[in-house]
Amino acid sequence: MEFRYLPMTEQDKEEMLQMIGVEDTEELFSDIPEEVRLRAPLGIKEPKSEGELKAELAGLANRNVTMKTHASFLGAGVYDHYIPSIVDHVISRSEFYTAYTPYQPEISQGELQAIFEFQTMIAELTGMDVANSSMYDGGTALAEAATLSAGHTKKRKIIVSEAVHPESRQVIDSYGRGQHLEIVTVPHKEGLTDLQALEELVDENTASVIIQYPNFFGQVEPLADIRKIIDTQPKTMMVVSSNPLALGYLTPPGSFGADIVVGDTQVFGIPAQFGGPHCGYFASTAKLMRKLPGRLVGQTKDEEGRRGFVLTLQAREQHIRRDKATSNICSNQALNALASSVAMSALGKKGVAEMAHLNIQKAQYMKKQLEAHGLQVVFQGAFFNELVIKIDDDADALNDHLVTQGFIGGYHLGRTDDRLKNHILVAVTEQRTKEQIDTFVREVAAVHAKQH
Amino acid sequence: MQNNTDFPLLFEQTKPGRTGYSLPPLDVPETDLSEVFESDYIRSEQAELPELSELQIIRHYTALSRRNYGVDSGFYPLGSCTMKYNPKINEDVIRMDGFSHVHPYQDPKTAQGALELMFDLQEQLKEITGMHEVSLQPAAGAHGEWTGLMMIRALHEKNGETQRTKVIVPDSAHGTNPASATVAGFESVTVKSNEQGLVDLDDLRRVVGEDTAALMLTNPNTLGLFEKDILEMAKIVHEAGGKLYYDGANLNAIMGYTRPGDMGFDVVHLNLHKTFTGPHGGGGPGSGPVGVSEELAAFLPKPIVRRSGGEIILDEDRPDSIGRVKPYYGNFGINVRAYTYIRTMGPEGLKRVSEYAVLNANYMMRRLSEAFDLPYAQHCKHEFVLSGRRQKKLGVRTLDMAKRLLDFGYHPPTIYFPLNVEEALMIEPTETEAKETLDSFIDTMLEIAADAEQNPEIVQEAPHTTVVSRMDETTAARKPILRYIPE
Ligand SMILES: Cc1ncc(COP(=O)(O)O)c(C=O)c1O
Repeated sequence: MEFRYLPMTEQDKEEMLQMIGVEDTEELFSDIPEEVRLRAPLGIKEPKSEGELKAELAGLANRNVTMKTHASFLGAGVYDHYIPSIVDHVISRSEFYTAYTPYQPEISQGELQAIFEFQTMIAELTGMDVANSSMYDGGTALAEAATLSAGHTKKRKIIVSEAVHPESRQVIDSYGRGQHLEIVTVPHKEGLTDLQALEELVDENTASVIIQYPNFFGQVEPLADIRKIIDTQPKTMMVVSSNPLALGYLTPPGSFGADIVVGDTQVFGIPAQFGGPHCGYFASTAKLMRKLPGRLVGQTKDEEGRRGFVLTLQAREQHIRRDKATSNICSNQALNALASSVAMSALGKKGVAEMAHLNIQKAQYMKKQLEAHGLQVVFQGAFFNELVIKIDDDADALNDHLVTQGFIGGYHLGRTDDRLKNHILVAVTEQRTKEQIDTFVREVAAVHAKQH
Repeated sequence: MQNNTDFPLLFEQTKPGRTGYSLPPLDVPETDLSEVFESDYIRSEQAELPELSELQIIRHYTALSRRNYGVDSGFYPLGSCTMKYNPKINEDVIRMDGFSHVHPYQDPKTAQGALELMFDLQEQLKEITGMHEVSLQPAAGAHGEWTGLMMIRALHEKNGETQRTKVIVPDSAHGTNPASATVAGFESVTVKSNEQGLVDLDDLRRVVGEDTAALMLTNPNTLGLFEKDILEMAKIVHEAGGKLYYDGANLNAIMGYTRPGDMGFDVVHLNLHKTFTGPHGGGGPGSGPVGVSEELAAFLPKPIVRRSGGEIILDEDRPDSIGRVKPYYGNFGINVRAYTYIRTMGPEGLKRVSEYAVLNANYMMRRLSEAFDLPYAQHCKHEFVLSGRRQKKLGVRTLDMAKRLLDFGYHPPTIYFPLNVEEALMIEPTETEAKETLDSFIDTMLEIAADAEQNPEIVQEAPHTTVVSRMDETTAARKPILRYIPE
């Protein structure tokens, strides 16, 4: 059988074996003890030709409802946004996608400069001094922020708002267990972090308070008030997880004195892909620069004085510090950071603001339509592009119905929060037309009415 | 002299008012947002993002791409990273709408195609590794290491063995191994290598004990050498009550020849972005699935993808699970590519991958040993490590030789790793390279070795042909400039 990725010919093989001085390739594997040698072929599927395999996989792909076949009102951390065509064209350039970490700056200036630009755009959006080159995703970035805050303050208590994405909170819990951190949850009240409860929890052992802005319910947390509570303790840090698109409209966390801002840039040019890969970002004040996890690109000069870029402050990282490293991250999400850079460049200063504005306007419209149809929108604070509807009906049954009408319905909050059974988190992005919103609202209202 | 304006940053090309996007007009009645948001929460100054036309952006990134080097550009023998060919069908498959545009929270009944693929990938990886169960959750190798160690920790805790606080790593281990141990709350202990480049069994016997949680090992190890005493090592660790962890970065050497599960490993992680052709993307994204023995299966991260009746489900009901390690279900996009690759190669194909990866490496190693010190003389597996100490005596360092390779259009090998070889050059050709390519690279290396003797300046001052010369890394670290700031 022939394999198109394997160029070895019989003649090559003969010449190479002869040069090495062995009879056959088996000899090269003779150090594997016979007891563990696999003598039967692997019991995996037999190969298929390129055409057959593509057809088979297209068959699998076609079995999925997608955000192309259906209009999606589902968000909860992953959104259907405008992806400029140029994004895929740029990331399909194989000089980018078939390269690895730019260890050799002389032949990696392209990647390095692109990352430097990414770091700049993230710092700009979040209002922070510096940003790194990427993290796996928003959830693990938040866990790394918790770890950093504990290391920096030498305190072990981390207060996490219940209005932070539930899966991110679970990831923080998992990392916290490894790090022996005390993870404390501050409850939500009317869709926002309960400030009174927060005040009671913040004490001299608190390393950081973790808030999402806008939060998991789409609501805009009062960061100024939260910062005041945190300031009752001199060392406690404010960690904010932010949808970077929302920061096209909202005052950035940096302006409220955030110490660390993290999140996911999926909103900029990265398709949902059933949950990954997306792209975490990690921004901080200049003071924390030497404690950041992950790779950092810095500007410098070459021997002739030409501007260039290099991986820098590597003394923080696992390959140098080993067990003393602040994080174990090695491979990151560079290609997706590039995708987001291209999307952010295309949108640019004006487009990011305009796109954020479209999201807010459409979500406001949706709220009015829902209320006009007698549906209950539960939280009343300012929100970005997500809102919560309470229905009397079974949320999952409603979503089943919506799929038959060409919609992907919202996220059932009762999945992870008993207080929010049959509450649905609905996202409205710039991709949704007035007609889709109107029809969606009518469908939800019709199902709702049937229950009464 | 070239100056900054030859390769300006996006921000330096900006002209206020220029745009490169296309958004739909607002088609709903406008709400007065000053009544919705408190003024303090409305951004007063826009983020300084670029203002460019679409063509300007494309030219910018095209120019950057030409200042970059990938596997498609040329030979990339970066040891430990398995820079093999990234098949183009993989890229086509992940771009199918039915994979690209599926939301992780849509009803699993409406994502059965995606779940079926994940389930079947788990099945294929179980067979390739000989493990009992596989989870596709971890985002990369290091994330898999941490996940695996957290499971080992949970098992020991469940057994009441909380005194098992130490993870043993060989001195040749990759930096992520000890770092992951720390992040998982363990202390690392180093075990020495012997003069054959293998774990020193006596030292291993000395360091194991009641406090051993696990031994982390890659086999073949980072010197490219197979730990032939693996069964004895497994016995030593297991008898002491520890677990054996397999760092799968080097699986490309042994597919179809042996399996971590059969060697006695309790947990493995794989790097799908290495062995299974996920493109390296300039640094990521990767995918680092973990496989476990039956004893550890209950601790796998949530959710588990499994068959239930006629459906594939996402099972969250796992009381002993270490919890969630990542939002959603792993780097699905990379997993789709890996699946496509496995289905392209099949059992015979994957075995030939390892056969040729090993043959290529041994061929290069023997030919290069003519001019370079070979610290360990036995057959290697998919990669090998040379030492540049002979050249160092002539005043030519490994770094210089790596830079000189750039002049010939090659990506250099991994250098100064593993740490237990002086002036290390770690070379991994992979199976997708033709003999002609290997021969030209070898000839170049031999020429560089000859220059080191006769004409050292040309090597010491390299590179001579790249778009920039060596960078001032000291200043970069001393006075870090990590973002553009307008003058
Ligand atoms: C031996 C070894 N272990 C672990 C890793 C870490 O993998 P990743 O970069 O995917 O986190 C690498 C790769 O860089 C490696 O070479």
